[in-house]
Amino acid sequence: MVEESESRKITYTEYFDALLEGKLLGYKCKDCNAYTCPPKAVCDNCGSQKVERVELSGKGRIKTFTTTYVAPVGYDKEVPYTVAMVELEEGPWIIGRLEIENADEIGQDLIGEEVVVEGKEFPTEMFYPDKKRRVVPIFRLVK
Amino acid sequence: MGGINVEKRDVAVLGVGQTKFGYHPDKSLVDLFAEAFYEAFNESNIELKDIQAIYYGNFVGEMTDGSANLSGFISDEIGLKGIPARRYEAACASSSVAFREAYLAVAHGIYDCVAVGGSERLYNAGTAIGTRALATAVDGLHEMTAGLTFPGVFALAARLYSKKYEIPMEKLHEKMAQVSIKNHKYGAMNPKAQFYNKFGDLKVEDVLKSKVICSPLTLFDCCPMTDGGSAVIIASADFAEDVIDKPIYVLGTGQSGAGGLFRQKEDMIRAIPRKIASEMAYKEAKLTPKDIDFVEIHDCFTIAEIIASEAMGFFEYGKGADAVEEGETWVGGSIPINPDGGLIGKGHPVGATGTSQIYAVVKQLRNEFKYNQVKDAEIGMTDTLGGDFGTLVNIILGVHRRG
Repeated sequence: MVEESESRKITYTEYFDALLEGKLLGYKCKDCNAYTCPPKAVCDNCGSQKVERVELSGKGRIKTFTTTYVAPVGYDKEVPYTVAMVELEEGPWIIGRLEIENADEIGQDLIGEEVVVEGKEFPTEMFYPDKKRRVVPIFRLVK
Repeated sequence: MGGINVEKRDVAVLGVGQTKFGYHPDKSLVDLFAEAFYEAFNESNIELKDIQAIYYGNFVGEMTDGSANLSGFISDEIGLKGIPARRYEAACASSSVAFREAYLAVAHGIYDCVAVGGSERLYNAGTAIGTRALATAVDGLHEMTAGLTFPGVFALAARLYSKKYEIPMEKLHEKMAQVSIKNHKYGAMNPKAQFYNKFGDLKVEDVLKSKVICSPLTLFDCCPMTDGGSAVIIASADFAEDVIDKPIYVLGTGQSGAGGLFRQKEDMIRAIPRKIASEMAYKEAKLTPKDIDFVEIHDCFTIAEIIASEAMGFFEYGKGADAVEEGETWVGGSIPINPDGGLIGKGHPVGATGTSQIYAVVKQLRNEFKYNQVKDAEIGMTDTLGGDFGTLVNIILGVHRRG
C-alpha cells in the first residue's frame, strides 16, 4: 500500500512555483534512496512508487551545453541563448539555461563548472503546456 | 528484451516508391503519399484490391498543414475506399514504426498484403514553424521551456562525446565534418535527393565555417527541412514469390525507446534504445553486425551518424568518429553508411524518412541503385531515430529468406 502522503505528487505548477522561489523540488525513493528530479510518476532509478517529496540542494555541475542561434517560433526573441545540462549533487540531471554571454568562447572548459539553479519567468507561447507562463531553470556559475 | 516469440511467417517487400525530396509548395501531404504509393504499386504486380490495410506515418501535419486524421483521406485518395487505415506518429521514426507494425501484422497472418508509407512538409512550412514543429519531439515541459531544439540536442551530445572520449571539440568537429562531406557527396549523386547535383565536393572548412545553428553544430552538420513522401508494399513471402521475380525479405526488426535527455543522462551518447532495438533485429534475423553489407542510418546531424554507428555494433564506443575519417563508412569501406545521401544529403521529410530508407535499401539489394552501388550487397539495414532517442527502430532486409 502506498500511503496518502507519498502518493501526493508534485505537480508541474508546484515544481515551477518553487523554482521561482529558488527551491528545487523532487523525490527521494524509500526503496533505493535515489533522487528523482524533475518529478515523475515513479522513482527514476528503480520504478518504485514509494517516493517522498524532498527539496534538493539546487547545486550541480555543467555536463554539456550549446548556444542556440536559430530558435523556434515563440523563442526567437530570446536568441542567442545557452542551454545546459547539469548533474545535480544528488545525481539527477536537469536542463535549463546558462546565463552567460561568452559560453562559446570558453568552450569545453565550462564542462565541470559548479552552478546553482533558480527559476526565471518568461512569456509562454502558443504550444507550451503552461498557458500562463514559462518558467526556465537558470544556472548561475558559483565562482 | 521482449521480442515476439510466437512463430511468424516470412514477409517480403513487393514494391517501393519515393517522391523527389525537396520543396513541394504545390503538393499536399495526401498528394505526396499518393505519388510515392503509385510508384510502389506499379512495380508490385498486384491489383488494388489485394491491399488490405494502410499504415501511414506523419509527424506534424497539424502544425505544417493544419491537418490530422490523414489516414482516411490518403486511403480514399489512392482509390482504396473503406479499408482499415491508420496513422502512426513517432517523430522522425513515424513511418518506421508504421513499417514494423505492418510487418508484424503480415507476419502474424492478420493481413496478406498491406501498404506502408509516410509524407511530411517541413520545407514548405518555413524554418520558424518547422523548428517549433520538430521541437515537439523533445520533452514538452522541461526541455522545451529551455528552448531546446533538435540541433541543440545533438550539439549537447557532441560536447558530451568530446568530453567523454577525450577528443578535443575542434578535432571532433573535423571528424564530424567528414560525415557531411560523405553524405553530401552521395546525395549529390541521387536524382531523388534534395541536394542532387549540389554540395558534392564539400571541404572540411566549408562545414566548419558555415553558419552556426547551435554551437558547435553548423548548418552543414544538419539535415535540411524537406517535403516528400515514400511508400512500400509488403506481403507474406509466399504471396510475394507468386507475383514478382525478386522479393526483398524482411529479416529482422526491433524497436525501443527512452524518456527525455535529462533521464538518459550520459547514456545519450551511447544511444541505449538503439543498442536494444538493433540487438532485437539482429537476433530475429539470426545475424550479427558483421553480416550487414550496408546501412541507412538516421544522420539528422553529423554526430548522430557517428553515435548510431557505435550503438548498432559496427564500431566500439568512442571510435565512430575515427571510422568515418578513416573511410570505413564510405562506399568501399567495411560498412558503407548512407549510400543514398542519408538525411543530410537526401533530405528529411520526417514522417516519410523511415520508408525512404527502406526504399534505398531495397533499390540497392535489387541492384537498381546505379548512382552509388554497394557491390554484391545482399543484406541491408535501416536505422530510424524518433526525437531525442524517444523512439528507435531498426529493420534488416535481405535478398534471401531468413536462414
